[in-house]
Amino acid sequence: RSSLSSNVLRSQVRLLHVGEANILPSEVDKQSAEYKENAREMGKLIEELRSYTSQVLTGGGQKAIERHTSRGKLLARDRINLLLDRGSSFLELSALAGHELYGEEVVNSGGIVTGVGRVCGTECVVVANDATVKGGSYYPITVKKHLRAQEIALENRLPCIYLVDSGGANLPRQAEVFPDKLHFGRIFYNQATMSAQGIPQIAVVMGSCTAGGAYVPAMADESVIVKKQGTIFLAGPPLVKAATGEEVSAEDLGGADLHCKTSGVTDHYAVDDEHALYLARQIVSNLNLPSTNAYNDQLVHSSQSNFRDASPPLAVEEPRYDPRELYGIVGPNLTKSFDVREVIARIVDGSRFTEFKKLYGETLVCGFAKLYGHTVGIVGNNGVLFSESALKGAHFIQLCAQRKIPLVFLQNITGFMVGRDAEANGIAKNGAKMVTAVACANVPKFTVIIGGSYGAGNYGMCGRAYSPRFLYMWPNSRISVMGGVQAANVLAQITQDQRKRAGKEFSEAEAQKLKAPIVEMFEAEGSPYYSTARLWDDGIIDPANTRQVLGLSLKAALNNGGQDTKFGVFRM
Amino acid sequence: CFATEATPKVRPINKILISNRGEIACRVIRTARKLGVRTVAVFSDPDEKSLHTQLADEAYRVGEAASSASYLRGEHILNIAKKSGAQAIHPGYGFLSESVEFAELCQREGVIFMGPPSSAIRDMGIKSTSKAIMAAAGVPIINGYHGEDQSDECLQREAQIIGFPLMIKAVRGGGGKGMRIAEKPEDFLTALNSARTESQKSFGDSSVLLERYVRSPRHVEVQVFADQYGDAVYLWERDCSVQRRHQKIIEEAPAPGLSEELRRELGEAAVRAAKAVGYVGAGTVEFILDKEDLSFHFMEMNTRLQVEHPISEMITATDLVEWQIRIAAGEPLPLKQSEITRRGHAFEARIYAENPRGGFLPGAGPLRYLSTPQPSAEVRVETGVREGDEVSVHYDPMIAKLVVWGENRSQALNSLIARLGEYHISGLETNINFLIDLASHPEFQLANVHTGFIDQHFDTLFPPIVISPQQVGQAALALVFNELQSAFSNSSGGSRDAFAATPNLRLNYDLIRTYNLKANDKVYSVAVKFNGEDVQVQVDNGVWQKIKAERVLDGERLKIRANIDSNITTYNANIDGASVVLFLESGKLDFELVQPKFLSAQVDQLGGGGSRVVAPIPGVLEKVLVKPGDQVKKGDSLAVLIAMKMEHILKAPKDAVIKSIGGAEGDNVAKGAAVITFVDEEVAK
Repeated sequence: RSSLSSNVLRSQVRLLHVGEANILPSEVDKQSAEYKENAREMGKLIEELRSYTSQVLTGGGQKAIERHTSRGKLLARDRINLLLDRGSSFLELSALAGHELYGEEVVNSGGIVTGVGRVCGTECVVVANDATVKGGSYYPITVKKHLRAQEIALENRLPCIYLVDSGGANLPRQAEVFPDKLHFGRIFYNQATMSAQGIPQIAVVMGSCTAGGAYVPAMADESVIVKKQGTIFLAGPPLVKAATGEEVSAEDLGGADLHCKTSGVTDHYAVDDEHALYLARQIVSNLNLPSTNAYNDQLVHSSQSNFRDASPPLAVEEPRYDPRELYGIVGPNLTKSFDVREVIARIVDGSRFTEFKKLYGETLVCGFAKLYGHTVGIVGNNGVLFSESALKGAHFIQLCAQRKIPLVFLQNITGFMVGRDAEANGIAKNGAKMVTAVACANVPKFTVIIGGSYGAGNYGMCGRAYSPRFLYMWPNSRISVMGGVQAANVLAQITQDQRKRAGKEFSEAEAQKLKAPIVEMFEAEGSPYYSTARLWDDGIIDPANTRQVLGLSLKAALNNGGQDTKFGVFRM
Repeated sequence: CFATEATPKVRPINKILISNRGEIACRVIRTARKLGVRTVAVFSDPDEKSLHTQLADEAYRVGEAASSASYLRGEHILNIAKKSGAQAIHPGYGFLSESVEFAELCQREGVIFMGPPSSAIRDMGIKSTSKAIMAAAGVPIINGYHGEDQSDECLQREAQIIGFPLMIKAVRGGGGKGMRIAEKPEDFLTALNSARTESQKSFGDSSVLLERYVRSPRHVEVQVFADQYGDAVYLWERDCSVQRRHQKIIEEAPAPGLSEELRRELGEAAVRAAKAVGYVGAGTVEFILDKEDLSFHFMEMNTRLQVEHPISEMITATDLVEWQIRIAAGEPLPLKQSEITRRGHAFEARIYAENPRGGFLPGAGPLRYLSTPQPSAEVRVETGVREGDEVSVHYDPMIAKLVVWGENRSQALNSLIARLGEYHISGLETNINFLIDLASHPEFQLANVHTGFIDQHFDTLFPPIVISPQQVGQAALALVFNELQSAFSNSSGGSRDAFAATPNLRLNYDLIRTYNLKANDKVYSVAVKFNGEDVQVQVDNGVWQKIKAERVLDGERLKIRANIDSNITTYNANIDGASVVLFLESGKLDFELVQPKFLSAQVDQLGGGGSRVVAPIPGVLEKVLVKPGDQVKKGDSLAVLIAMKMEHILKAPKDAVIKSIGGAEGDNVAKGAAVITFVDEEVAK
């Protein structure tokens, strides 16, 4: 009897050891000068990020805010806070869109706030016009941001809630917002086609919806309008007067009373913003979607609380290491390498990582981990991609596609290996295999650019063109076809060759004069702010928030978990 | 069955009927169960699911809500006793406990009435008779007039002889009813008429007696017990001086500041009193003790087990209900006088549904949240209600008795204050905060008690309510925790749900949420900034308070440990609809979440808000003074509501035309129910 129990004891001891085996070790020396320097420099970048963000929170400025709120209207983000479940996070997308994009004109957040949040237990995409920014009118970036939000809704099958308060297209820029395929009209095309696919479209009219804008509520499945505040008409009073001579007030022409009682353009009548948002929540609570998270509506309380029946939540391990250590590990200097496993250890559950093909193609780290309990496949860079790395990556992505495991790409890549040996080894076709695998894998994909994103490395690591469900950048990251110095050198080399052919001199001074602006340009255009201003990404995130942001993105993406994958031809 | 065969008059009891409800019924059932005696409960319609009904082995319906139609139906109850095979009836206190007629009926029908012989009840029930008997038995009585001649002239003459201040008491009265004090001769006739009217209404008899009024009296009473063999003992005294509306609120045993000699004198006088009327069972002899010279005089004898009996049990380590059952079965007294020792000090606080700041107006309503201190050998929670029960308008609004014991008075008092702080009730108004303030009052701590204590110290007992920013912060924190729980506990994946695991996140900025909380008629605007794991709270644009907080495990209840600006507190909170209740060391603090404007706007659209008059408290619609179509003016009386034996007159809030009446006279109306609806001037467009 005693020997049996000691056996049990021994096996438990052994189990404990086995249980610890997949925890990533961390070899960070927090006392080192390099760590401290990195942490300090990254701290500055985070400060800068928060400072830019706090600027855009001021929307169209103090005066515009006062004018807006004095009419009893709430600000766009306050509307969103009331719309979302209490306690819900808001995965705001591209808050810095439009950053320094229109010269003197400041179009904070592109004049529109978009993101994913929880409404009555359902993840929804919210699109809210900020009427304090240029009257909520649509700049090209506004259109792009609106369409990107709809794309996210479509790909992840998330209901859309439009909080409409916009004067419509920005007329001086009509050529850039109206005619093309991915311009204004696409918004309504998306509404129709998403509705056709059973993705609910809900509009809350909290301000103007003029001309084309009128179609947002009109195309919605259900709509709400705020009394004496929301208006919907194809042409406003001035245009009507010009066209027919009829004189009519905005309220009589397209106010809540008209549209709820007479025209039937809107379905629900709200007395103020808060009421309208409450009604929008009611609409969501009746969507009868299969996967909604049961939710006890708290805004207007009922005496029945169902939380008492809640079963105890499953425990999820937090990472073993403090994510803030990423500042000291990574640092802003992209020429210095770091082990991507240190990053993975600060993102995934329990810092547990089961690595695949660890000893082969070591510059690409592949493996399985859990993110808030959900299995994910992680692909991270530990240097330039060789043929072996690319083959390993393609193999691993196939595994994930086969098993329907979402993929997370941690991108820090200068590119694929160049040179005679590499080419002879077929780096092009092997790289192509990885690109094919990434492109075709029909599982939710998420990309975080944690360092450099250059050249074909961007493709193999699921850059924007490969339609990851979400793509974020760290503030230290860079994105361009190649490094600025490399580009300058290439151009200088070409010029030198041309001069040589022409029998002319190309002095070092001339070379410097040629190279400097190129380096400068690449520096500016490679900045994450340049990227995020143009919506090449879904936002710049604080590295310390990476786990949460990926977790929220994954939760949203799981509303459409992916289908079977059919790969293209792999060139062997 | 536990009566031994050695005792001659023994009638074994193995089943008793309890002709009562609430805590006392539960109390009796508990002891009966301990003794192996089966119990039969009776219940009125609203008590069908009450605790006492469920605890008893059997239960029988006894009638409708009104006491006269249920718990006072002696004959019916007796029939139930016979039908169920109960040999004895325990009447508890109140209801039939001092009914001569019922005691006689039981005697006639051969069912044991667990109380004294009817003759003793009658003798003690009529004040003038009892005083005469006491005087004859050598028990000191107070001067007064107890005569038959009830003419105004005679009473006025006698009043002049006794002197002022003077007390006029209903002969059949009790519990402060039918009692008036005349301060000066000029007040006499008014007070007399008022006492007569009330007595006539309550007892069907308008006879009064006159007594000298002791200005600073203490109410000290002695617990006595007598058996069927003529033996009687006392179980020391209790001080019940602190009263409101002439009703006890906090009691202690032993009475503080008495010499052992005085205690013995009191006890022996009480035993003499009991013997003088041939008393059997549990009784209480009440004395007026002059605070200054410590002289005492017989006041009255209560021929029943008193509400406050547990404090005597606590200091004597006895079970008085057990004694009652044994004596009713014919056993001799379990202990001789010399064997009844006294140890430590005990307090009882009566927790009532009432509003101390509103003149102790009794209340009623649902006990939506109820959590009691942990009972132990030193802490007893005597109650007949559970969370979710209703304190009914039909009966006594007492919710519970909290009984604590300590080695000495100050220890017991500290324990009382601490345990009161752990008695958490919301859903209706209670006197718990007041009890805490009372027990903490320096004069109470010094045992300077007398029956005018509350009036004397009114200002210090009801200090203005001050709400600190920290408390507002605590309320906001409770809301935050509650929101997290409500929003995410049912989410499909538990903490596999990143939205649940990562609440309130905003990217690269901190979410600030504002709550408007109303307390004590003032609205506080609280901003909560979510900053990763911590929060910061700002009240009315004041300083940001840094808060680290966590939820502490307390079953399903919301308990929070918060470090606010380096001050750590742990408190419970309950959020129910718009109500946010904090249970702090200092007592309960009520906040109300200001609801969105659109709610009232909607009500307006539906034809409410000012277009009707609602019942302010639950009650019975006594009289309707208007009919549909009547034109009324602002301030006109529309209807009379009787709740807790008090009249509430519903008045018109504006000039209006009556559209409809929400009930008939005699109907029960719920709190908030529309009693009168007006014709809407502005018909909905």
